[in-house]
Amino acid sequence: MLEAHDITVRYGRRRVLDGVGIAVPPGTTVGLAGPSGCGKSTLARVLALLQRPAAGHVVIDGTPAPGWRHRAPRELRTAVALVFQQPRLAVDPRFTLAEIIEEPLRANRRPVDRAAELAEELGLTPDLLTRRPHEVSDGQLQRACVARALALRPRYLICDEMTTMLDVSTQAHLVARIEAYREAAGAGVLAISHDTDLLARWCGGKGRVLAWPPRSGRVPRPAASG
Amino acid sequence: MSTTKGAAVTTTGTATAGGATATAQAARLRVAGLTVHFHLPDATVHAVTEAAFQVEQGRCLALVGESGCGKSVMAHALLGLLPGNATVTGSAWLEQPGAPPLDLVAAPERVLARQVRGRLIGLIPQSPAAHLTPVRTARAQLAEAVREPGGRYPADELAERAGLRPEDLDRYPHQLSGGMAQRVANAIAQAGDPWLILADEPTTGLDRPLVDTTMAELRRLCDDGRAVLLITHDLRAAEQVADDVAVMYAGRIVEIAPAAEFFRGPRHPYAAGLLDALPTRAFTPIPGRPPELTRLPGGCAFRPRCARADDACAEPPRMTPDAPVACHHPLERHA
Repeated sequence: MLEAHDITVRYGRRRVLDGVGIAVPPGTTVGLAGPSGCGKSTLARVLALLQRPAAGHVVIDGTPAPGWRHRAPRELRTAVALVFQQPRLAVDPRFTLAEIIEEPLRANRRPVDRAAELAEELGLTPDLLTRRPHEVSDGQLQRACVARALALRPRYLICDEMTTMLDVSTQAHLVARIEAYREAAGAGVLAISHDTDLLARWCGGKGRVLAWPPRSGRVPRPAASG
Repeated sequence: MSTTKGAAVTTTGTATAGGATATAQAARLRVAGLTVHFHLPDATVHAVTEAAFQVEQGRCLALVGESGCGKSVMAHALLGLLPGNATVTGSAWLEQPGAPPLDLVAAPERVLARQVRGRLIGLIPQSPAAHLTPVRTARAQLAEAVREPGGRYPADELAERAGLRPEDLDRYPHQLSGGMAQRVANAIAQAGDPWLILADEPTTGLDRPLVDTTMAELRRLCDDGRAVLLITHDLRAAEQVADDVAVMYAGRIVEIAPAAEFFRGPRHPYAAGLLDALPTRAFTPIPGRPPELTRLPGGCAFRPRCARADDACAEPPRMTPDAPVACHHPLERHA
């Protein structure tokens, strides 16, 4: 279970998140809907241990995160993967698409064979893999970002407005790939979007769609926090 | 290349040749046989192949298709904004009453810079927040857009018409929300009072309410007598505003139809697949993947992904004025 409890985040004097909580059980897809600017992306960053909140704590499979960013232990950091809304802002423009997908594998000293497999699975043709981000479309780049997110077989995947920039066929394809990964790996997926039609469809059946702001139930606070 | 004259339909699928056929009262953009190639060291990218469509004042044509199909390249070709390794052939006539037609493809950069961009064609860019200069206020950028083409309206009035308060203009781009940046971009596009608005993915990254507002704004521009070419992958946005829909696949326009007919029942199997991918419909992706634009298959480019394909599809299908759908086995239109 990926949990966040009583998360509060301030930017300057503005409080963007105020006591927000959420729980994503493994093997399920949880949808989170809300208008733009409400703090959905901030919550996603906190859950992926990329941003330190002013208060609150994140628990990954029972282990409370002792820190954020590089202060978080590697095995916790790599357990949660994040797909960003704007692929162009989420990649190094000097890397080729192949290098983008391989980066997490290299950083963790794992064999890079998986990158080619993932590229194939996500519909990236070999000629695209040698190109740099400015030479491909947003849809193609986002496919690479999904491949990168899946490279380390994360136990939880957060998709933050993943398909907002994309055409409907790519959207349906990426959602199908992620759902296939969720089923095969038993991973938990948090799908964040303002598109309620998409979320209803994505989480239809097994998952559920939460309205903003999400609140976690009364869960006893673990001993170590923050 | 056949010639259709006097047919003031916006849905003509045939490539028309020749330039001096501006008979209609309304100004229009008539694109014929537009082809764009990019030359890479070891390959040629066939980004747009023989595109033909027209859009006239008071109408909105939505150009839809998967990402990477050449939609944005088309917009940039019309504005002469392609990089140096691009070759553009064919024609794109701006036909205006009382003025000689102007071919955007053949026009020199001087003409495009001084007469066309901003004055005849206004561009509403993709991700407006990234399009604005980060170190200057919205007002400075809008004022420049008014001053340079000699716009008729002062910045404040333009901003107000685009739904912005005058004080919003004194902000820097990073202080603007997505919707406000969108409105600034709209105001800048209208500064030179162009009759043709080219909206290149204007809804990217916006949430539904903002998409609705943006589409209402485009509709208002149409109703004011402007021509709008909306380039989008967002079919629901297109449905809200378009009079006509052109579907692009692998650089070719494969179907042109009135919007109402199109959304009731598209005729090209690819178009049908796109609609089926909507979360409100079947939510199934089109099988396979788009072909590499460096290695287009012979015949119909959709053949490898198409359930209806057979031997006939080895011949490239052509659009005709009677049936503007480039397919040997089109679907029947539902009544």
